[in-house]
Amino acid sequence: MEWLDYGKHAPYVWSSVALTAVVLLWNVVAARRRLAELTERARRRLIAEENA
Amino acid sequence: MSTTLAPWFGWLALLLIVAGTIGGLFLAPADYQQGDGFRIIYVHVPSAWLSMFAYVVMASSAAVGLIWRIKLCHSLAAAAAPVGASFTFLALATGSIWGKPMWGTWWVWDARLTAELVLLFLYFGYMALRAAIDDENRADRASALLAIIGVINIPIIKYSVEWWNTLHQPATISKIGKPSIDTEMLIPLLLMWLGFTCYFFFLLLVRGRAEILSRERNKQWLKDALGATS
Repeated sequence: MEWLDYGKHAPYVWSSVALTAVVLLWNVVAARRRLAELTERARRRLIAEENA
Repeated sequence: MSTTLAPWFGWLALLLIVAGTIGGLFLAPADYQQGDGFRIIYVHVPSAWLSMFAYVVMASSAAVGLIWRIKLCHSLAAAAAPVGASFTFLALATGSIWGKPMWGTWWVWDARLTAELVLLFLYFGYMALRAAIDDENRADRASALLAIIGVINIPIIKYSVEWWNTLHQPATISKIGKPSIDTEMLIPLLLMWLGFTCYFFFLLLVRGRAEILSRERNKQWLKDALGATS
């Protein structure tokens, strides 16, 4: 585990990496969720129009 | 096309970012001056690059949309904005985290840092302006103008370290033919840079589809396409 020991810089390095990972993951989740929501909404509207 | 390309960009981005992270955090040697603290560059530099690249993509799309009245371009510009804002936030935050052990302070009103902060406000302004105007065509035109005017900030960010006496270090890897960084450190950085770029295009395609869905929700072609896939 020596290669994981960044000494006094460890909190700075790991917090940067963790923050980046959180932002990158959140972006993917948010984008995919929005696309799924809009697709579902459009499908529902289409079904409602067909039934009307 | 976006449904075909997006997964490719997504998986390629994941592969490159994992490889770059392993290389940067575990394989690259420590810097002789900055020690292990230098490893922050593996997330900071690609974020900073993407913060500017995303803005150029956003402003170019907005300009094309404005000049040739292509709605798809406005959708792409709108899709690029939140991604660019995220990268700008990351560049500022990781730069600040790097600054504390290296400069002894979280923040200085240095030309590079201030210009990057202005970039974040430009992204926020662009998104706020789009959200504030109900009429889509007016929102497109107003936000496109703001995006185009804001482009002036990109060369200011890029060349601020040369034009002014800044605390931020000058270019390290973009010096053509002679990067002042060791190859063992450079390769993971290039992998991260490529990975972040693929990630940007992945998000641009996913968000672009969402923007088009939102904008064209009443159009017959979209109903036909949805009907065909349901």
